[in-house]
Amino acid sequence: MSADNILNRLSELKVDAIQSLKGIDNAEALDSWRVDYLGRRGELTQILRGLSGLDNENRRNVGSLANRIKSDLEQSFSEHQQLLKDQESTNSSLFDVTLPGRSIDMGRLHPTTQIVREICDAFVSMGFQIAEGPEVEWDRYNFEMLNIPKDHPARDMWDTLWIDYKDENGDNPMLLRTHTSPMQIRIMEDTEPPIRVVIPGKCYRYEATDATHEWHFYQVEGLAVGEGITFADMKGTLFEFARILFGADRKVRFRVDYFPFVEPGAEMAIDCFVCKGSGCRVCKNSGWIEIMGAGMVNPKVLEGVGYDSSKYTGFAFGMGPERIAMLKYGIDDIRLFYSNDMRFLRQF
Amino acid sequence: MKVPLTWLEDYVTLNLHHADLAHRLTMAGNEVGSIDVVGEFWDHVYVGYVESIAPHPNADRLRLATVNLSDEEITVVCGAPNIEKGQKIAFAKVGANLYDSRSGTQQILKSARIRGIESEGMVCSALELGLGDDHGGILVLPDHSEIGVPLAEILGDVIFDLELTPNRPDCFSVLGIAREVSALTSVEVNEPIISYDQGPDESASISVEIVNSDLCPRYTASVIEGVKVEPSPYWLQDRLIKAGQRPINNVVDVTNYVMLEYGQPLHAFDLNNLRGGRVIVRPAEDGEKFETLDGTIHTLQSPMLVIGDAERSIGLAGVMGGLNTEMKDSTTNVLLESANFDPINTRRTSQALRIRTEASSRFEKGLQPELAPIALRRAIDLIIQCAGGKVKGGVVDIYPQPQDRPTLVFSMDRLHKVLGMDVSKAQVDKILSALGFKLHWTGDIETKVTVPYWRSDISQHDDLVEEVARIIGYDEIPTTTLSTGIPPYRTQPSRELREQVRDALVKCGMQETISYPLTTLASLDMTSNMEGHPDPLRLVHPMSNDLEYLRTSLRGSLISTLATNQRHDDGGFRIFEVGRVYIPRKNDLPIEKEMAVGLVSGFRVSGDWLSTAETFDFFDAKGILETFMELLNIEVTFEPVDQYMFVAGRSAELLLNGKAIGVIGEVDSKVLDSFEIELSPVTLFELDLDMLLEIMPDREMKYIPLSRYPGAFQDLSVVLDSDISASRIQDVIERREIVISSKLFDIYQGDGVPEGKKSLTYRVLFQLTDRTLTGNEINSVRAEILNDLSKELGAHLRG
Repeated sequence: MSADNILNRLSELKVDAIQSLKGIDNAEALDSWRVDYLGRRGELTQILRGLSGLDNENRRNVGSLANRIKSDLEQSFSEHQQLLKDQESTNSSLFDVTLPGRSIDMGRLHPTTQIVREICDAFVSMGFQIAEGPEVEWDRYNFEMLNIPKDHPARDMWDTLWIDYKDENGDNPMLLRTHTSPMQIRIMEDTEPPIRVVIPGKCYRYEATDATHEWHFYQVEGLAVGEGITFADMKGTLFEFARILFGADRKVRFRVDYFPFVEPGAEMAIDCFVCKGSGCRVCKNSGWIEIMGAGMVNPKVLEGVGYDSSKYTGFAFGMGPERIAMLKYGIDDIRLFYSNDMRFLRQF
Repeated sequence: MKVPLTWLEDYVTLNLHHADLAHRLTMAGNEVGSIDVVGEFWDHVYVGYVESIAPHPNADRLRLATVNLSDEEITVVCGAPNIEKGQKIAFAKVGANLYDSRSGTQQILKSARIRGIESEGMVCSALELGLGDDHGGILVLPDHSEIGVPLAEILGDVIFDLELTPNRPDCFSVLGIAREVSALTSVEVNEPIISYDQGPDESASISVEIVNSDLCPRYTASVIEGVKVEPSPYWLQDRLIKAGQRPINNVVDVTNYVMLEYGQPLHAFDLNNLRGGRVIVRPAEDGEKFETLDGTIHTLQSPMLVIGDAERSIGLAGVMGGLNTEMKDSTTNVLLESANFDPINTRRTSQALRIRTEASSRFEKGLQPELAPIALRRAIDLIIQCAGGKVKGGVVDIYPQPQDRPTLVFSMDRLHKVLGMDVSKAQVDKILSALGFKLHWTGDIETKVTVPYWRSDISQHDDLVEEVARIIGYDEIPTTTLSTGIPPYRTQPSRELREQVRDALVKCGMQETISYPLTTLASLDMTSNMEGHPDPLRLVHPMSNDLEYLRTSLRGSLISTLATNQRHDDGGFRIFEVGRVYIPRKNDLPIEKEMAVGLVSGFRVSGDWLSTAETFDFFDAKGILETFMELLNIEVTFEPVDQYMFVAGRSAELLLNGKAIGVIGEVDSKVLDSFEIELSPVTLFELDLDMLLEIMPDREMKYIPLSRYPGAFQDLSVVLDSDISASRIQDVIERREIVISSKLFDIYQGDGVPEGKKSLTYRVLFQLTDRTLTGNEINSVRAEILNDLSKELGAHLRG
C-alpha cells in the first residue's frame, strides 16, 4: 500500500471504530472491540509495525497519525468502559440526578491559622513584616524589659505559668510567655529603626477555662518604631486594619487603657458589625466591641533596648485572633478552638 | 471598686446623666464595668409608718399591719416576724414592681385575698426591693425617714462598679473618682472639711519607732479615749453596704469609710491591749508566729513588716491587724494608725502568706506618704462624731525622710511629637491644673509641673502627655497614615516553609488541628523513646495533672485528637498538626523545633451508595506524603526502619539527601490501647521541619521541556526474592536516562511464582526529548535493565 492509501485507511479505521463503539452495550462486546481495533493483531497495530518499510517523511506522517488515532481510540475505549460501568451501577432506569455525587474529601486549615493569616496579611499590605519568637521565655523579656518589674502589681494582669527551672539565685526566671510582647524587645534589640512588624504566636496564662477564657491562645502583636511616628498614625493604621478585616464602613473608637509598656495606652473598639451600633448581644448593648490593646511605646522600653527615645517614637498593639474569629463567625465558646472536634473544625 | 453616686456627689456636682458620666469615665481610663440603679423599679413604693399590728383572724403566723402613708392608711396582711408598731417601713402599693424570690423574676404586685382578708399592698423585705439577699424579714427604715415619700428618694442610688487599672491607686477611692469627674466635666472638687488640726502634744501616751524607714516611710497615729463601740449610724452603714462592705462597728466602719473615701488604709487597735505604750514598726523575726484578725496563725519571715508593741507583734503592716488587739464591743480606748508602707514588701508579704486585703491591694500599688496624716485627721473627726471620745496627745507623725513633691518639665513640642496633634498652651494648662498639677510656665513651650500627692503613677514626661490626651479624649486626636520609611524586607524561611507545609497537607486532603503543648509524661513516654534524652520541661504549678510537661513530641497530641473524635465521627480521619516541641537545654531556653505530624485512619470512603467502605492504610498515608513531597518539589526515599511505637516491619524513615527528615509507620496496638483508640490501622507520619529546612535543596521550580517525540510504554514483569524492597527495583529501572517513569501496577505471589519469590510488574515509559526512540534502542536498554536486575537483585524476567 502506498503511504496515501495508508493514511486514508487510517481515517476510515477511526470512523469505523468510533461508529461500532457507539453500539456496544456490554463488556464482552467491548472487549472484542478492543481486540479488533487496539489488539496486537488489529489493523492499527499492523500498520504501526509496518512503518519501518516507509521512507522517512511518510514514516513520520503515518506514524504520527496512527499514534494519534491509537491514543484517541484508547481514550474512547476507556470512556465507553466507564459509561458501561456507570450504566450498570445506576441501571439507566434508576438514574436519578438528585442522588449525591462522589464526594471529594478536602482538608482545611484550622480556623486560628486562617484568621492569623488574615490579620497578618492586612498588616503586610501596610508594609509590615512578620516575625516570630520563642514561647518559652525569660522573665526579663516577658516582663522586666516591658516595664513590669518584679513584684509590680501590674503583674497580676498576667497570671503566669512558670517553668520548673531555678537560676543561681533560686528564682524561677523561665516561663511560658503570657503575651507576644516580649518579641517587641527581641526585635528592637536586633534591629535599628525603622521597624514595622507583626508577631503572631501562642501565649499561655494560668487561667481557669470557660466560654471566654482559654489558658492557651494566640496573639498577634504589632510594633512600629521610627522617627516621627505619632498616636495619630497609630489610630490611622489600626483604623485601616479594622476596615480591611471587618468591612470598609467600620468605625473605630479608642479609649484610655493601661499597659505598662505603652504610654499613652489605649483600647480599640470597632462599632458592632452585627447590629451596626444599635445594641445587641454581641456588643453587650454598647454598640462597640473591644478588639485590641494599643499605645505609644513607653520611652522607658525604648531606652531599655538602647534606643534614643527623644529621637524615636513608636506604637505597639496586640489582639486575640480567637476573639476576632469568634466575632466574625459567631462562635460562642473559645474552648472549641483547641478541643479539636472535627465537627467544629470542618466548618471553616 | 463600687462608687455610689450619692456619695460621689459629696465632692463634685454631677451635671451629666449617669450613663453619660459612666461613658466619660470609661473613655478616660476608669472603666465603668456595670451600673446598678438602685430603686429603678420602685414606682409604687413609699415610706410607711406602722400604726398598729393586729392578729390575723384566720392564721397564727400572719398579722394585720395598718400602715400610715401620710395621705392614707392601708391595712395589709404581713408574715414577717420582725414587724413592729412604730417602725418606718417600705410599703409597696398595688402595681409595684417587686422581685419574686420563688420565680426569680420581677412581678407586678396585685391585690390579694390572704386567708379571707383583702390585702391591698405589701410591706417589703430588702430582697423584694432588689437590695441584697436578706429575706429574713421586712426592711426597717431609719426613724428620720419622712412618711409618704417615694422610697427611691431616700434609698435610691446609682452605683458604678469600676474596673480600675493597677497604675491608679488614687482611683481606688471615691475622692479619686471625684477628681476624675472634676477634670472631665470642669467642675470643682470639694474635699471633705477636716476640723481636727492638732499636732503632737505633751500628753501623748504612746511613742512610735520605725526600725527600717525604707519599709515604712511614714507612720502617723493618734490615741482616742472614751469611745463607745456600737453599730454605726445609718448613713455610714448605708454607704459601706452600697460600696460592697459589711458594717462591723462604728470605729472599724470609720477606718473602712476613710479608706474608701481617700484610698488610705487605716487600722484601729484596742489601746488597752497595747503593751508598754510603744509602737515599733519592724521586720518580723524569722519563724515568728502571728495570729491575724481572721484567726489564722501565720509563720512570718524577715523582712515581712510587723507593727509591734513593747513585747509582741500586734499587726501585719499594711495587710491585716492582729487578733490580740482587735476592736471589741468593750473597747474604750483606741490607737488609730494611718501609715505608709513599701509597696513591694507589702505585696511580697501578702503573696507569701496568701492574704489579700483591701489594705494590701492599695499599699502594693504605691501610696504617697502625704496621704497618711490627712486620712488620720479625717478619721479622728468621724470617730468622734460617730463613737464619741477625745483625742489624747494629738497626732504622732514619724516621717524620717520627708520627700519633696516630684517635678517634671513638660514640653509642648514633645506633646505634639507623640500625639501628632496641636493642643493650645491654654488647654494644656487648664487640663493639668484641673487634675491637680501645679504649673510654672517658662515661656510658651515648657512648663515645670509639680505632681499632686495622690498621683503615684506620674514619673516621666509622656505620662503627662497621656493626661492631656485622655482628658481631651482620644477621639479628638486625628487619624493619619504612617509616613516613615518601610523597613527592608527580611525573609522568614522557617515560617514560610511551615506555612507551605500546612497548605500542602491541606491540599492532600488533611484537616489541620492545633492542640495544647502541655501533656503528661506517660503520653510522651508512650510515643517517643525518652531514654538518653533530658527530661521534658515541667511547670512549677501545673493547672492539672494532664498539663504538666512541655511536649517533646507531637505524636501523642495527634493520637489524643483521634481519640476524642472517634466517638462522634464514623468517617475517615486525615488529620495533621504543625507545631513546636520543646527540647530542653542546660541553663538556657529550650530549642523550639517545628514539627509536622499527620495521622490517617478510619474509612477511606465512608460507605456511600457509590462505593463500598474501605479503611485507610499505610499506603494512603504514604501516598499523601508522596504527593506532599511533590508539592514541595523535593524527592525523598523511604528506608525500612524499626522505630519506637510502630508495628515491626511497618515503618520507614524518610531520607532527603541521605539524611532522615521524618518517619512513617503503622502505630503499634499497645500504643493505640493506651490512648483508647478503637480504630485500626492507624498510620502516623512525622516530619522535622527544622531539619527539612536545613538540608532542603533550592526549591525553585524548573520547567522541563515537553518532548515532541512519542514515547513507548513497555511492561516489565520480574520475579525475585520476596524480601527485596520494591524501591530497589525501581531504582535500577529508573537509572537509565531514557526511562522517563516507571509505575508499579501489579504484585503477585502464587501459581507460577515459586515459594519465597514475588512477581512485580512495572509499566515503563521510554522517551527522548530530541528524537524518536527506535525499537532496537528500547530493546537494548530493556535488556540492560534486566541484566542489572539479575546481577544486583537476582531478579529474572517472568516467563
